[in-house]
Amino acid sequence: MHAERIDTSSMYLPTFPFFGFSIIIRKCLFICFSFSLGIMNTRQQSKLIYSWYGKPLSSDRKLRTSQYKGILITSESTKTETCIQLGDFILVEGVNADQPYVAQLLDLYEDGAQHKRAVVQWFCRLGEIPQNKRKLLKREISAQEVFFDQILGYDTDIAAETIIKSIMVLPLHLGEELPMITLNKEQTFYVKQSWDGKCFKVLSPDTFSKLKEANKKRAVITNSSKAFIPPDTLTPVKKETENVLWSATKPKNVDTEIESKHSASKSSLAKERHSQRVANNDIKTPTARKKLELSSPTRSKGRLLGCEVLGLLDDDCDAVAPSEPSATKRKVKFSDILGSPPKIPCINDKSKSTSETAEHHQRFSDIQLTPYTKVKDFGEKDKNLHENGDILSPVGYQTRSILSPVLTPRSRRTCAQKTSALIAEQISMLGQEDFLSDSDSSYSSSSEEEEEEEDVPCTPEKKTKSSRILSTPKSSRKSAVHTPAKTPKKTPVQGTPRTPRNATPEIPRRSQAAQEPASALEEARLRLHVSAVPESLPCREEEFQDIYNFVESKLIDGTGGCMYISGVPGTGKTATVHEVIRCLQQAAENDELPPFQFVEINGMKLTDPHQAYVQILEFLTGQKVTATHAAALLAKLFSTPGPKRKTTVLIVDELDLLWTRKQNVMYNLFDWPTQKHSRLIILAIANTMDLPERIMMNRVASRLGLTRMSFQPYTYKQLQQIILSRLKGVKAFEEDAVQLVSRKVAALSGDARRCLDICRRATEICELARHKRAPEIVRMAHVTEAIDEMFSSPYVNAIRNASLHEQIFLKAILAEFRRAGVEEATVQQIYQHHVALCRMEGLQSPTVSEILAICSRLGACRLLLVEASTKYLHTRVRLNLGQDDVMYALREE
Amino acid sequence: MRPSPRPSSARAPASLRELRMQPAKPSAMSKRKLKESSEESAECISQVQKILRERFCHCGAAGKLFGMKQQYSHLLELLKRTTVHGESNSALIIGPRGSGKTALLNHVLKELREMNQVRENLLEVHLNGLLQTNDKVALKEITRQLQLENVVGDKVFGSFAENLAFLLEALRRGNRSSSCPILFVLDEFDLFVHHKNQTLLYNLFDISQSAQTPVTVIGLTCRQDILELLEKRVKSRFSHRQIYLMNSFDFKEYIQIFKKQLSLPAEFPDESFAQKWNNNVQRLSEDRAVQAVLQGLFQHTKELRALHSLLMLALSAVTVHHPLLTAADLQEAGRQRSADSRANIVHGLSVLEICLIIAMKHLNEVYDGEPFNFQMVYNEFQKFIQRKAHSMYNFEKPVVMKAFEHLLQLELVQPLERPSVRAQREFLLLRLLLDSRQIMDALQLYPNCPTDVKQWAASSLSWL
Repeated sequence: MHAERIDTSSMYLPTFPFFGFSIIIRKCLFICFSFSLGIMNTRQQSKLIYSWYGKPLSSDRKLRTSQYKGILITSESTKTETCIQLGDFILVEGVNADQPYVAQLLDLYEDGAQHKRAVVQWFCRLGEIPQNKRKLLKREISAQEVFFDQILGYDTDIAAETIIKSIMVLPLHLGEELPMITLNKEQTFYVKQSWDGKCFKVLSPDTFSKLKEANKKRAVITNSSKAFIPPDTLTPVKKETENVLWSATKPKNVDTEIESKHSASKSSLAKERHSQRVANNDIKTPTARKKLELSSPTRSKGRLLGCEVLGLLDDDCDAVAPSEPSATKRKVKFSDILGSPPKIPCINDKSKSTSETAEHHQRFSDIQLTPYTKVKDFGEKDKNLHENGDILSPVGYQTRSILSPVLTPRSRRTCAQKTSALIAEQISMLGQEDFLSDSDSSYSSSSEEEEEEEDVPCTPEKKTKSSRILSTPKSSRKSAVHTPAKTPKKTPVQGTPRTPRNATPEIPRRSQAAQEPASALEEARLRLHVSAVPESLPCREEEFQDIYNFVESKLIDGTGGCMYISGVPGTGKTATVHEVIRCLQQAAENDELPPFQFVEINGMKLTDPHQAYVQILEFLTGQKVTATHAAALLAKLFSTPGPKRKTTVLIVDELDLLWTRKQNVMYNLFDWPTQKHSRLIILAIANTMDLPERIMMNRVASRLGLTRMSFQPYTYKQLQQIILSRLKGVKAFEEDAVQLVSRKVAALSGDARRCLDICRRATEICELARHKRAPEIVRMAHVTEAIDEMFSSPYVNAIRNASLHEQIFLKAILAEFRRAGVEEATVQQIYQHHVALCRMEGLQSPTVSEILAICSRLGACRLLLVEASTKYLHTRVRLNLGQDDVMYALREE
Repeated sequence: MRPSPRPSSARAPASLRELRMQPAKPSAMSKRKLKESSEESAECISQVQKILRERFCHCGAAGKLFGMKQQYSHLLELLKRTTVHGESNSALIIGPRGSGKTALLNHVLKELREMNQVRENLLEVHLNGLLQTNDKVALKEITRQLQLENVVGDKVFGSFAENLAFLLEALRRGNRSSSCPILFVLDEFDLFVHHKNQTLLYNLFDISQSAQTPVTVIGLTCRQDILELLEKRVKSRFSHRQIYLMNSFDFKEYIQIFKKQLSLPAEFPDESFAQKWNNNVQRLSEDRAVQAVLQGLFQHTKELRALHSLLMLALSAVTVHHPLLTAADLQEAGRQRSADSRANIVHGLSVLEICLIIAMKHLNEVYDGEPFNFQMVYNEFQKFIQRKAHSMYNFEKPVVMKAFEHLLQLELVQPLERPSVRAQREFLLLRLLLDSRQIMDALQLYPNCPTDVKQWAASSLSWL
């Protein structure tokens, strides 16, 4: 009695436009919907019990495995029970709680160790396809589209406990539009193409037909013999689809519905649906109640007998309305069927069915009537037919109209049981209600008799049928009881427009195209920009190979590991690692390596070390959660084996910034690769070679392991090679100029970025000078100028350009330092010297205010370090550069 | 923008008052005039005041640039390449306060905006280290200025982390050829350096060094040691392009600047007056006295703002009766500008307070700048009274104490440490915030100073 089941079946209905009995389901919708919600919500919190459905189909003695045709999932808290059978489409718990995997259930068995296992055919969601491959599709993919998964690497044998629920997967032809289904999206998926890890293919005809078959089968089952499924699960969508169907047959009805829709146009779709549903349910309820009351007194004892069946079937109802009389009533019916207190139920049923069919007809004929009047009519009829009409009084008038649809399905259902194939045909071809309804009564009676003879538990159909009979009235009643309470809850869930999870931020496009470089110098400048990615990284071949081998071996082994890479800034650490990843991805695409996921975090781009968890999780699964939650999820992810687990390559750049006092972030990062199932490869990058020894605790350092690599600063030859490789084919630099730059930079830092920046600046200088003469090439002079610009100390120049009194003040400082022998003086002391110096130079001595202004100006430039305080004359002053530099700068004057 | 709050304006309350009044009621003034031409010239004067004051106050936006041609072309080229070619860059404009960093940038931006090719192609983000005091605030401001918050709709930027990730994602999506270049201007760049981990700077420079949205980061700072403050990773990512502004003009150019700043533009309504005014300015620039004033200022500071404040003071002397600037006006302004603020306070003290200050000066000389307390000062003062035997200054101790506290309030005397409840006020250790030279200068100018006090000030032994 899985809720989802009916769901899916009803979803499928649109493809059988004349499948009249859908109307029946409508009745149940309401309850079902509330129910399915319950299931979804409780999925995480409540404990689920998985049990086999039915007896083993076949068992292998040797392997001690036994196969089953279905599995029952019972939720303890809500007492719901769902049945999933072979061929059903299911959701499987995955890495990301929000994005469970989609699969088709192919086989269910219990292995030797009593573990419940399932064999599945995977479907791929868009999110599982690498970003760069999505382009191959060349079309928009809705979130509901999945791809038939033909990647070989995945484990198709999963634990049955990871199954969440059943869903619907509809095959579509490539050009086909997705059917418009606005609600209940989570339940239905579409498949148009298959995906084998490299390219997308159109579904082969036989997989297409197989998928179609699977759906059809289910549809038939659910429609025809779904008695065992309490309609609880139906979601509003179905109702709509039903409405639509219905309207197809009865055009007038459509009109009224459309009207109502229009009137409600302002409210959200969900609300609209909801209101319709409410109306429908209300209408139905009274009849149901009436029926129940009829049956209840006679059968109340049967409870005990029916308990087995109930165990399987009941839970849904109980969960919704545990204290209702309905439960007892339902059970009573069961007992009847089982225990065969013969004729009364049959008669009852028959009479009901006849009356209902009558109503049915009536209703259809009455189309023109407004609902209200219609209802009244029915109410009267009912009274005539059944003695119990008086019960109806308060709610009664609305009820009648829908009672009839409730019953019709049952009859059809029985038919289907017998000749399911036939009916499927009929459905697809005819869908004429009259035909069905006419045949109702006879079928139903006969089927019920059959039921009695057969033993209940063995075939699913039986069960379904009996439960169905019971459940329909119950459900309708329930709906009546619960509607008011439930509805407000539902609407918000559906109504709130969720903001898109990943808003895609974008910088506006430029309105005019960027100019391409016109001259050789511009071309050279473009290539020399640090951001320009060269085809290969010269001078880092060895390091590249080491890292590549490390990752490759781990990938092939399917294990995890860490590598620590160090080196001063600008030595190509990150570039090399990225290059490695690019090559590995290439190899993975060519099937030379197993596929892997690539995640990168940068300590500098995190606001807090703990944000690392959040980013990793987001990369892996797309979830956005808090740091602590993310840590827990990641720990779970890496410590437990999972289906479809790919190796993850994680680059941690600027590792030292992930340092916290407890070092738990680092600890976790380096602990995960050591877990058996993690398949995590970490490449940690930092500047200092001895980082593990210096700042890491022993337990962290030991987990990091000893696989280390250090990038040496570039030598001048390497720098030269880097520049020349970038400038290949462009004649913009003199050979010597390049050598000068590389020697200069190699002597200072060995930072390749600096080297490139100097060259770039040199081209600019050259370009500026070209207007006068015409040297198309960067020469030594230009390079020297660029180097001077970048590396010359600004202090000397600043002092030379200072005003006269500022210079005298500096001299006074030197004098005071020399006098006191201490490299610190108060303004008052310096002031004395300053006045003396002014006297020597024949200048007017400045006032104290002016001296303090000079002092603060020099302090702002940081030529002086000035104590920040209100001490006025007693402020202490120091030089921020060497005394010799000041002397040198001042002497030149 | 309001008139630059210079210390000099505080020193010249009279001129300030005049300044404020004039634009408010020129008509009232004109009514007072008896001459016929007065109305017209009043109109001219108020025009002159308006034009020149605007020039002196808004030196960043409207003023001219002096002596930075090379830097100008460098910066212009840089920004042009960013917008036209989509080249990422980073640069620092370094120069002392008042050297025209912001003015340079504004001029370059103004010229860029006039170019068709550039106008729609550049997004500007202006940040100031004094306003964006941490990265969180800065990121919010960037998002706002890039108008990215629309993209997020109703999503609330709760966390700093989210905001950063969002922004980086936004910038990462761009590329050189198709995204609109962004210019980040970081005013008071040195304050951004103190943000935690220099996250913002790292990310901005990192973007400017990688193939993402083209970005140019321009930092403005007055600190010469700015590169030493950058963290090594940040420093490596910075392109080391530094544009120095040094005020590297000599006195001749300074005179030219003075002339340009004071001249009226050609489009001045009353041509004859403008002619007269400009001729006068020309004459002034050749005047020896004026040159001496300017020379004095130039020797103290090359900052153009100082010149502006000087001219502002001089300009405030211009009225209908006195329509043209004279050398005396400038001299007076120069005197006001360079006056010592503490000495001015001393002028307003009573004789008793002056005596106390003199006593403190003697104590400083005797004890070589060691701190003193009230009791010591009082004893010194008593000695002077007894020697002189004039009862004229013989005040009660509480009265002296009161005078002493007044000095404390004027902050001419400063306690070494915060006064605590337990310590007696008489024995609180103090320090004089005046230099002996200041005291002597102030005494020279002190009106009606008794001779014996003057003598005592000159030497503590004068009674002998």
